[in-house]
Amino acid sequence: MADAVHIPDEAETRARWGAFEWTAENAEQAKKVIARYPAGRQQSAVMPLLDLAQRQVGAETQTNGWLPVPVMEYIGRQLDMPYMRVYEVATFYTMYNLAPVGRYHVQVCGTTPCMLRGSDDVFSACKNKGLVKGGTTPDGLFTLTEVECLGACANAPMVQINDDNFEDLTYDSMSAILETLAAGGQPKIGPQIDRQTSAPEGGPTTLKEMVTENHDYRGDWA
Amino acid sequence: MTDAPAPAAPPPFVGPLTDKDRIFTNVHGFQDWGVDAAMKRGDWDNTKKLMEIGQDGIIDIMKASNLRGRGGAGFPTGLKWSFMPKESKDGRPSFLVINADESEPGSCKDREIIRHDPHKLIEGALIAGFAMRARAAYIYIRGEFIYEAKVLFAAVEQAYEKGFIGKNACGSGYDFDVFVHRGAGAYICGEETAQIESIEGKKGQPRLKPPFPAGAGLYGCPTTVNNVESIAVSPTILRRGAAWFNGFGRENNRGTKLFQISGHVNKPCVVEESMSIPFRELIDRHCGGIRGGWDNLLAVIPGGSSVPLVPAKEIMDAPMDFDGLRALGSGLGTAAVIVMDKSTDIVRAISRLSYFYKHESCGQCTPCREGTGWMWRVMERLRTGDADQSEIDMLFQVTKQVEGHTICALGDAAAWPIQGLIRHFRPEIERRINENKGSAPVMEAAE
Repeated sequence: MADAVHIPDEAETRARWGAFEWTAENAEQAKKVIARYPAGRQQSAVMPLLDLAQRQVGAETQTNGWLPVPVMEYIGRQLDMPYMRVYEVATFYTMYNLAPVGRYHVQVCGTTPCMLRGSDDVFSACKNKGLVKGGTTPDGLFTLTEVECLGACANAPMVQINDDNFEDLTYDSMSAILETLAAGGQPKIGPQIDRQTSAPEGGPTTLKEMVTENHDYRGDWA
Repeated sequence: MTDAPAPAAPPPFVGPLTDKDRIFTNVHGFQDWGVDAAMKRGDWDNTKKLMEIGQDGIIDIMKASNLRGRGGAGFPTGLKWSFMPKESKDGRPSFLVINADESEPGSCKDREIIRHDPHKLIEGALIAGFAMRARAAYIYIRGEFIYEAKVLFAAVEQAYEKGFIGKNACGSGYDFDVFVHRGAGAYICGEETAQIESIEGKKGQPRLKPPFPAGAGLYGCPTTVNNVESIAVSPTILRRGAAWFNGFGRENNRGTKLFQISGHVNKPCVVEESMSIPFRELIDRHCGGIRGGWDNLLAVIPGGSSVPLVPAKEIMDAPMDFDGLRALGSGLGTAAVIVMDKSTDIVRAISRLSYFYKHESCGQCTPCREGTGWMWRVMERLRTGDADQSEIDMLFQVTKQVEGHTICALGDAAAWPIQGLIRHFRPEIERRINENKGSAPVMEAAE
């Protein structure tokens, strides 16, 4: 694939991550995760554990995390899985980073519903802040990725940055979000216009009682 | 025209849904999703009584409600539940898998259910799992729904604390567990057997059928995979009765539905409406009309990226339901309505979908793995006009060779949008090719 990631040098990776093990807290969490699946089916836990490991690597490197090979081997040993089976999973799913990313992983949705609402402008905003698709900025702050539909189409265009969604973007609001993050701030999560989640802009057309109180509509059931 | 019988009038559209008949009352999240607030809205209200209807009784009501699966294919939900074995002959447990891998471009309804009304889903999981005699439910939520998964994990925890699920769920004497499994970014895991593979900790590549999941699914055990919305509406259907649900929509297309309108409308939104609502009514009532007015409408993809587009004049007054849209050569899918006005580069819009399918093909079947990339590359040339007229037919032919020749429906889904484009916008593609040719004068051989 043309957009295949550049996997870092193996010797270096082994030197840095060869001794990877869970933090005490994550070791507990890993046990809880494995308990969700029937005995003998611990392989089912590989996806949640890869995610957990990526988050731990992220916390240790002050980035959004990635999955060095020794970490995958560690998970394979814990789940009694051949390394190659773990690697297959890690390469199949797009959310596992096979190479280091920056402090903020800026994932702009470029699929048709977002494209129709102006994801081109969102990409322009990124470009003008020095972000390059598939690359990390020299200061290690931002990695830009174009992703496929993230399932927030009624709030298009949108971007997911680390764990947060920013929706109903424009060139200006996207630029502002990047500026706030670069300055160490926390931009407002969710829709960037005057709008409650996926309700129509300017207020809901249905269920208006719900705006002010937790209304119980059962009284109106015939 | 004298005594010819008047053509049967289409059954009247019952009118816009009123708030009292909406199932997802907290769809926009104005109120708390937590269990106490959800109970005030009517969730978990004597669920034990619903379970006392009995397993076959519940399935009968679901069949009578004519609920068709909300995940896109529209298979009758009650019938699907009835395929599960009534007793385990060899000690294998049964499982319910709830498909929350919402990744179809345009779809964003399961997200609203999970982050704002998660207890409807969990209560539905218990009811459905009980009816199909399942031991546990696995809810497969797409990895990118990070906040939504947090809510769902917490809501499941709340339901355990209240004794609604777990041992002796709701005091019914039935033991039932609900687990949440997060995906990690793969559209194909929305296909039921790929989803099962993924829960088992493998690459999400679809399995050949048969065996069908109801015979051998998750961990080789009988499994039913249902969409979030199908499961989440079931407690309300049981409470209000099949007749109530049948009061909305046309014959064979009953009930209420979450519509997700995106693209070139003035106010995109997610809204619950009656099935069969005319397109124009849906847009005018909830979305503030088409951007630039109705004359500015170009085309609509009415059911998520996998269904063919429908040109403006055909869709304007069409009923938004399974049969109404099938009659237009398209489909309701997940009711993800992508609206495109006349400013749209329609070839680019479809080409971007082709890129999506190329990106999401799991690589298992050759026609899809190679075909999606091939179709996207040709689409990109058609977008710029750097092609030959004959390539339009060639592309159409290739889509026909991909369609129906793969294990799962991703190949079909990649083919249909292109077929829809060629069927309805061929002159536009031809114009681009001609214009492109015009810019480079045709060299004629010297006489």
